[in-house]
Amino acid sequence: MTDLPAQVIRSVLTGLGRFSLMVMEVVRSLTTQRLSGRDLVGQLYFIGVKSQTVVLVTGAFTGMVLCAQTYFQFHKVKMDTATLAVVSVSMCGELGPVLTALMVAGRVGASMAAELGTMKVTEQIDALRTLATHPIDYLVVPRVVATMIAVPLLTAESITIGITAAYLVGVHLLQIDPGYSLVNMQRFTDHRDVLMGFIKSFIFGGIIATTGCYKGIHCGQGAEGVGHATTEAVVYASIAILMSNFFLTLLLTRLLALI
Amino acid sequence: MIEVRQLRKRFRDQQVLDGVDLTIEKGESLVIIGRSGGGKSVLLKHIVGLTHPDSGQVLVDGQDISHLNERELLAVRRKFGMLFQSAALFDSLTVEENIAFVLARERNHTPAEIARRVAEALEMVELPGTQKKKPAELSGGMRKRVGLARAIIYQPEVVFYDEPTTGLDPVVSDSIDKLIVRVCDRLKVTTVVITHDMRSMQTVGHRVAMLHQGRIYTSGTPEELMAATDPVVSRFVRGISDEKEHAF
Repeated sequence: MTDLPAQVIRSVLTGLGRFSLMVMEVVRSLTTQRLSGRDLVGQLYFIGVKSQTVVLVTGAFTGMVLCAQTYFQFHKVKMDTATLAVVSVSMCGELGPVLTALMVAGRVGASMAAELGTMKVTEQIDALRTLATHPIDYLVVPRVVATMIAVPLLTAESITIGITAAYLVGVHLLQIDPGYSLVNMQRFTDHRDVLMGFIKSFIFGGIIATTGCYKGIHCGQGAEGVGHATTEAVVYASIAILMSNFFLTLLLTRLLALI
Repeated sequence: MIEVRQLRKRFRDQQVLDGVDLTIEKGESLVIIGRSGGGKSVLLKHIVGLTHPDSGQVLVDGQDISHLNERELLAVRRKFGMLFQSAALFDSLTVEENIAFVLARERNHTPAEIARRVAEALEMVELPGTQKKKPAELSGGMRKRVGLARAIIYQPEVVFYDEPTTGLDPVVSDSIDKLIVRVCDRLKVTTVVITHDMRSMQTVGHRVAMLHQGRIYTSGTPEELMAATDPVVSRFVRGISDEKEHAF
């Protein structure tokens, strides 16, 4: 029993070490190996195109509820026309990238962990290695690159649909003045907010793919191992996204202020 | 030539390999036998470089591969072909894509050349015309044949078979054994077979090594092992359990 804390610490450090080595191998592969266009397009289709519905629905309803809640508070102090500005800034810098990333982590991160985990327990990853193919080159790199391309694009889509939905709710349902709302939105939302969302979503894409692939490649034995890997991929990626979002907000706000 | 020197591997409390010494000569057909859970597959994975030993060496053509990293091992593994116990075909790819996997990634073969070599490999394993099937559509024996076609298409020097007849009926097992002999004769490759199927051992083996308690207990021709009077060897080849110990 006294060894338990030591075992936990060792396990955490071993995991971090393996994860770091995998990320280093991904970077090495990107700089030294040729990425297969066919593999990349296949992953882009699965991650980008197949995630459309979930991301658009999330973006639209987030924009709509944010607009309604903000309006209910701002209406009390006669600031109705600032509602869409709040929605716009929130969607661009925080809600768009974070919620899109969380939805993609649930759909894509879990799928990556399950697919690679199944490949591991059925010896397909060992088979790859005997066929003189590095699993990182063939399995991980196309997924990481595709996710880092797809998540920012999905985020842009989510932000656009969220603001549009908020505008429709605000103007047509809550009777906010459209002219003043648009002027305020443009006045308070600047390129730094958009850039912040874009940079965050790029990093979140990397977190989702590396976590999903890591959990899959290092999953335990049998169906139970694959199940654990899938759950952990989503949980760890979600926690990493939420925690890193806080630090990224602080860091990027200062850095982008210099632009 | 492959040489294994004093190979040791422990998994938690279990010493699986405890100083294995083994030499595999070029062109021979070696069968490694031993009890289930006795470390045969672990030994094979060490020889192919899929697992690193706690101590000891695996020399492939004089090069110690036991401490090479994954990228360095890729070049060594190009000399090897391996048929896994479960065949380990890639589920998402067709039979043709599975077999052509290595050639397609080398990027210096034309599609026509790849298609021709896939057809030849399928012909050799007696599965012509199955190019477009998915692994899920194949029976156990067919999956092993496709796995073998994938392992030999790039003309390796050594082909490893991990329990090639496990889970197959006696007739299919016999056809797989004959296929192994044919591949060995026709391609002139070194063959290493892990099995506990005595009929398979007698059909494919030039030489047999028995792994027992983490070491190579004995080696010889299949006939010598079948006629052995040593109680451990004799009981194993005749399939007689020892009442004093659990057989599982």
